[in-house]
Amino acid sequence: MMGTPWWHNRRLLPLLIQAGVGLAILVVIAFLLGNLVRNLSAAGLLLSWRWLNLPAGFDVSETLLPFNAELPYWRALLAGLVNTLRVVVVGLVGATVLGTLLGSAAFSSNALLKRLARAYVELIRNVPLLLQLLFWYFVVFLSLPDGPAALQLPGLVLAKSGLYLGPRALVDGVWQGPVRITLEFGALLTGLVIHSAAFIAEVVRGGVAAVPQGQWEAARSLGLNHRQSLTRIVLPQALRVIVPGLNSQYISLAKNSSLAIACGYSDLYAVAETTLNQTGRAVEVVLILLGTYLILDLAISALMNRLNRLVQIQER
Amino acid sequence: MDPRHAPHPRLARLRRDLFATPLDGAITIALLVALAAGAQALLHWALNRADWAVIQANSTLLAVGRYPIGQQWRLWVLTGLVCGATGVSWGLLRRRSWPRNDRIAAALLIAMALLGPAALELSPDVQARWWAIAGLLLLARWGAGRWGRRLPPGCQKLWPLAWPGLYVLGLGLIGGGLGLQPVRSSQWGGLLLTLIEASFAILFCFPLGIALALGRRSELPLLRWGSTLYIEFIRGAPLITLLFLGQNILGFLLPGGLAPDRVWRAAWVLTFFAAASVAEAVRAGLAALPPGQIEAARSLGLNNLQTVVHVVLPQALRVALPATVGQFISLLQDTTLLSLIGLLDLLGTARAIMANPDFLGRNAEVYLVLAVLFWCCCAALGLGSRALEHRLNRHSPTASR
Repeated sequence: MMGTPWWHNRRLLPLLIQAGVGLAILVVIAFLLGNLVRNLSAAGLLLSWRWLNLPAGFDVSETLLPFNAELPYWRALLAGLVNTLRVVVVGLVGATVLGTLLGSAAFSSNALLKRLARAYVELIRNVPLLLQLLFWYFVVFLSLPDGPAALQLPGLVLAKSGLYLGPRALVDGVWQGPVRITLEFGALLTGLVIHSAAFIAEVVRGGVAAVPQGQWEAARSLGLNHRQSLTRIVLPQALRVIVPGLNSQYISLAKNSSLAIACGYSDLYAVAETTLNQTGRAVEVVLILLGTYLILDLAISALMNRLNRLVQIQER
Repeated sequence: MDPRHAPHPRLARLRRDLFATPLDGAITIALLVALAAGAQALLHWALNRADWAVIQANSTLLAVGRYPIGQQWRLWVLTGLVCGATGVSWGLLRRRSWPRNDRIAAALLIAMALLGPAALELSPDVQARWWAIAGLLLLARWGAGRWGRRLPPGCQKLWPLAWPGLYVLGLGLIGGGLGLQPVRSSQWGGLLLTLIEASFAILFCFPLGIALALGRRSELPLLRWGSTLYIEFIRGAPLITLLFLGQNILGFLLPGGLAPDRVWRAAWVLTFFAAASVAEAVRAGLAALPPGQIEAARSLGLNNLQTVVHVVLPQALRVALPATVGQFISLLQDTTLLSLIGLLDLLGTARAIMANPDFLGRNAEVYLVLAVLFWCCCAALGLGSRALEHRLNRHSPTASR
């Protein structure tokens, strides 16, 4: 090593680069934090969590947990989180079912069905989700007729006052039923399911396409028909490719649910925004938001990893 | 079977595709009926019940927002420059030939220039400007294709560098300064703001994403951990919460007066957000690179930087191209979220228009037009990416394997 100058030293150089990068990162962080502390103390907003116990003073439009304006902020945020979880869980199930159907339609023996599934994916993927949510809420759901003119489907009534599931009756021009879903939730759920299904369909299609053609032919030669070969032979193998892809789509759906505010649905983000407007506690609110969504993502990933282990081929 | 009675091959294919079994036939008929009913309802609505005056009356607002009327000539100049440059690039790419896709594109352009302004009921002189711009594009395409070859080869190679220059010039024209009357960013709006935000983020997230991807695969632990932490943190958060962070906390993080205004804050947040996704796309491209390539570069005596620039990136970026363009497409769509933080981008302007009592209840028309606009932009980007991918693969030495 005597002959080489120090800037060609194979062991020293990486250390020097890392020290430089580390120093730069530290300086930037120190600069930002310093400003943050200085500006926050000037505004009288130094980090504190006591405000969480103050009464919220605003109402959350629909909640599973009982809530009113006198309860503290943390209860409001919790109600928002429960609303987020509600739409995410129902949305995951709906999007998976619809997406799987659409993805399998790409392998249908019917050419028209195949083309339509393709067109659906191309249509949905190239239009912003926010625009779709606004469309569902303002154009479709808010223009539903009310009273006796409401849309009546088997087991479901779509009226301007809400969506009613199960047995229902019209009492004095007002629909009543055991399960009432608000238009806001309905619009958000519809938009999220239809949007995510297009992406899940692509994942399913890619997974099925990854199964070698020989598997189809082998299934056929065993005398299975098209549907049987798909469900019994091809799909179980395709799942190995599909599940990791589903993971990222599920996380996207959870993150996309934060657009609920466009439909007037009170999810975590909507409640957090109102909280910020009332308290001015920007840093705390953003920390709560980022932390919660991160935990939500990690939870979905953990679940999907367990599922992934289940569907992997067991070596014998 | 008697060959004379065999059905026409096209008819036979139709039958095999659509009516192979009774179930298939039933599905086909049901789908056809549903499609016909849907198309009929949509057509009936569009022709009879929809009132397109909301679009016609607000086309300028949707296009440029509250940009001062006296200064809008700058935007016309910019549009003309961009279209001219597009024509030149197109011509240099294709030379004198006009393949089928080019003829279709030219026909579409002419149809759009003739029908679009007329359908919007723009005033005759504005219509004439659009015709002139479309004509300029086609003329530049024709001229560059015909005489581009005679230019010295250096000139042709350097032409792509005109685009960054044009970008800077464009921002100057839009924002003013250097003798032009300044137009503050709070006056930008509509499609103009959407395009500024999207193009800025696309331009800057790309180098940042490449740097992050290289950092994530670096042998230096600090770089690797730093990049990984950044990418995972950004990808774990919904964009709206990051925009929220940008609007509400960036002011606290920087010393007073240094923080950019709301429009540029959003642009930087979009850039940093997109960089994480682009980094993941590029990382997939890096992972696809055979390790032998780096070893070969080393044994040729290239140093680290040369290896990355001349061997690793050209191959990795080719693999990463479709995913990267996919990220750009979703970035363009994500600009709509700016309307949720109170910026007047295309969607924000549209919602402001619909709040006007004159146009109450005209949601469907406006959203439909916006959806068509976004669909066309995104689909065009996707098509372009596929064409580029095809071209790159044709020219790559490994394509024939």
